[in-house]
Amino acid sequence: MRVTLTIALSGLLATSPAYAATLDINVEVPKLNVAEYHRPYVAVWVEGADQQVAANLSVWYQQTSNSEGHGTKWLPDLRQWWRKSGRTLQVPVDGVTGPTRPAGKHALSFNDKQPALKQLAPGNYTLVVEAVREVGGRELLKIPFSWPAGAASSGRAQGSSELGLVTLAVKP
Amino acid sequence: MKRMLVLAAALAAALPFAASAHKAWLLPSQTTIAGNDPWITVDAAVSNDLFYFNHVPIRLESLQITAPDGTAVQAQNGATGKFRSVFDVQLSQQGTYRIASVNDGLFATYEQNGERKRWRGTVERLGELPRDATNLQVSQSIGRVETFVTHGAPNDTALAPTGRGIELIALSHPNDQFAGEPSRFRVLVDGKPAAGLEFEIVRGATRYRNAQEEIKVSSDAKGEFSVTWPQAGMYWLETGSEDDRSSVKQASKRRLSYVATLEVLPQ
Repeated sequence: MRVTLTIALSGLLATSPAYAATLDINVEVPKLNVAEYHRPYVAVWVEGADQQVAANLSVWYQQTSNSEGHGTKWLPDLRQWWRKSGRTLQVPVDGVTGPTRPAGKHALSFNDKQPALKQLAPGNYTLVVEAVREVGGRELLKIPFSWPAGAASSGRAQGSSELGLVTLAVKP
Repeated sequence: MKRMLVLAAALAAALPFAASAHKAWLLPSQTTIAGNDPWITVDAAVSNDLFYFNHVPIRLESLQITAPDGTAVQAQNGATGKFRSVFDVQLSQQGTYRIASVNDGLFATYEQNGERKRWRGTVERLGELPRDATNLQVSQSIGRVETFVTHGAPNDTALAPTGRGIELIALSHPNDQFAGEPSRFRVLVDGKPAAGLEFEIVRGATRYRNAQEEIKVSSDAKGEFSVTWPQAGMYWLETGSEDDRSSVKQASKRRLSYVATLEVLPQ
């Protein structure tokens, strides 16, 4: 009985995304050979044709305080995100903000049932990923896409300093 | 000692009016700030090169700091050295702070017993001038040197014009300046848009280049002008004018000056 239930559940989980339009994003934080390394602050958001923020997807920053102050002190270093959205947000934001992540590939998945994309009107958008690192640099990558996708589509952008490969898959 | 101080004060106040001479400025450590208990520190000086301290400090008595809710804030940890003054501001409110050094007073030259003398003071202290002064020339001067700092989301309360002297209104926001983007400004004299005021705009770090690379713009009929920032950096904007709208009968002329320091961020 338990086995059948598990199968039924997993079947449900496997099939339900098919009914939802999804954005699958992969953000690579590159491994850097530097004397002093700190994990980058990263913001992932969706911009409309007016270059305003249409949805905040993910923001990684130091959630705690240290001797230099609380981690929110350096959020303005994510310059474009700060200007367009961060400064008017009350962080932390449930489901959006989280701690910094180590070097490696980070898969993020969003669908139109979630608050971030639920209210996203059909149209042309740009996925923006901005990364900034303490005593390091800053990099911003953009991938255009249409929402909702008529057919599955994908895009990619290769970073050169603070970001590695960023990929986007849009599924109807 | 006291005389030297007075002279230095007079110099500091008078110099910004001579457009070709020295530059007065306030230089904030940061203009866009977040965090739980943010502070900034500000340098205040008069110099030829931007933004290096090598001439005289700006006096801290002239400071007027306005908080995002419009109330006055006191500078902290103030100190005046040979070349610069420095002070801290605790940004306990969210929003935009206006940090200004305002000189609003009278300047006089006269002769007494065949000796040429100078005097600086306020309208109330005009009676201090000796009765036997000859060749008395009084001018009124209103000078404002300012900068802007935003903690969290910007707001406009502290930016409301005082209606006295020259003021500059950034039609976007003084802390929303980005390289490659056009920015529009309105110049006010006594709170009213003023046409034909010429601005000189210079980016900092002048020591490390061979030309000033200044931008010259004049306000149009609506008192407005626009600038497209060529690159990121700390920019110094200056203008000045002279008119006959003095509020003192002894002063035939009124000299106005204005300086703003704006930070332009990269894209």
